[in-house]
Amino acid sequence: MSAAFLFALVGVGLFSLGLYALIVHAHLLRKILAINVMGSGVFLVLVALAKRTGESQPDAVPHALVITGIVVAVSATALALTLMLKLTAETGRAELPEDQGK
Amino acid sequence: MEALTLLHWTFDILLGLGLLWLGWRVLTSPDLFNAIVLFVAFGLLMALAWVRLDAPDIALAEAAIGAGLTGALLLAAFAKLRTVEKNHDIAGQLEKGKLENRSFQWWPATFLLVVAAGLGHTVLSLPHYATGLSAEVSANLKSSGVSNPVTAVLLNFRGYDTLLEMVVLLLALLGVWSISGSALPREAAPGPILDTLSRLLTPVLILVAAYLLWVGAHAPGGAFQAGAVLGAAGVLLLLSGWRLSSHLAGLPLRIILVAGPVAFVAMAVFTMLTGGQFLEYPRAEAGTLILFLETAATLSIGTTLAALFLGERPKNKREYP
Repeated sequence: MSAAFLFALVGVGLFSLGLYALIVHAHLLRKILAINVMGSGVFLVLVALAKRTGESQPDAVPHALVITGIVVAVSATALALTLMLKLTAETGRAELPEDQGK
Repeated sequence: MEALTLLHWTFDILLGLGLLWLGWRVLTSPDLFNAIVLFVAFGLLMALAWVRLDAPDIALAEAAIGAGLTGALLLAAFAKLRTVEKNHDIAGQLEKGKLENRSFQWWPATFLLVVAAGLGHTVLSLPHYATGLSAEVSANLKSSGVSNPVTAVLLNFRGYDTLLEMVVLLLALLGVWSISGSALPREAAPGPILDTLSRLLTPVLILVAAYLLWVGAHAPGGAFQAGAVLGAAGVLLLLSGWRLSSHLAGLPLRIILVAGPVAFVAMAVFTMLTGGQFLEYPRAEAGTLILFLETAATLSIGTTLAALFLGERPKNKREYP
């Protein structure tokens, strides 16, 4: 096992932790944090696996993808936070309404 | 040599464990404010992990965006959330958040353990040696106009990724503006420390952004990192109470916001008309054209990030739809 696989496994761990928190927590700010942690896990797997070239220079294509991904993640977070604030202003709760049943 | 390898392994394992522990604390910390501060620390630790993975470009982007700007956005949203909840007079909203954390839920936990085991197994069963596209990148690096492989991929080989990514940023801002995000509470008096600090730091940040933009051609850096630093300068100015004057908040602001995507599209049309493919630069001028595109992209990314932080649409005399 190399350092690349160590960090890839940490990435898998972060993704799973984030997914657990996304399911369990009701508060929307926590859900947004959870999605960000999940994203970090995915980025870590991508970049760790790019190190498997066996040379000093890792594969640059996943690196470029992850930089793009980080910027997309921050814009999605900004939009999600605005939606959360709007919902809280309307309903008074920073949570999604419970399913009322049909 | 042996001792050095051992040291590297110890550091990597501690870093990995630290990331997992901080990630767990971010998601379970009873207090939301604590969770956000821990998330910033988590982002900084991620930047260290990127350095260990030989990805200094991503480390720069993560430190500026992942830890810095996301943290600022989260803290601003947290402050607004407190105000909104106070208006609705719902005490105990945050208390409730504390209570639910105590209960550990077995079914999701079991399900996620299975998912993690499956993903871990898949990762470990991948071949231990894979070159990916690195051979193609280094073979074509000479004709790309820059010598930093990551910038070559971002601005030349996969330029359309960067184009679409800037469209995503613009769409996010349009979304925030059209649901009219609540305004950042304006500090009446920023206080002497913040005031002096922002006066000192803003020119430095602009200089750093320009440096990162220039150096990105042959070393870690580039449009995204420079744009993020420029965005941070904007956030600092906004925090110290500065607002864009109303005659600049209309058309001039919008022109800067769309400069990046428009420059890309114009370049794409130009290269197609002159006989090349979509965003296939003429080899002799590739370096110059990339610097031009990156400058436009940096300005757009920085302004968009600062505008996302502000939240509401800046007020101007004439209304634009």
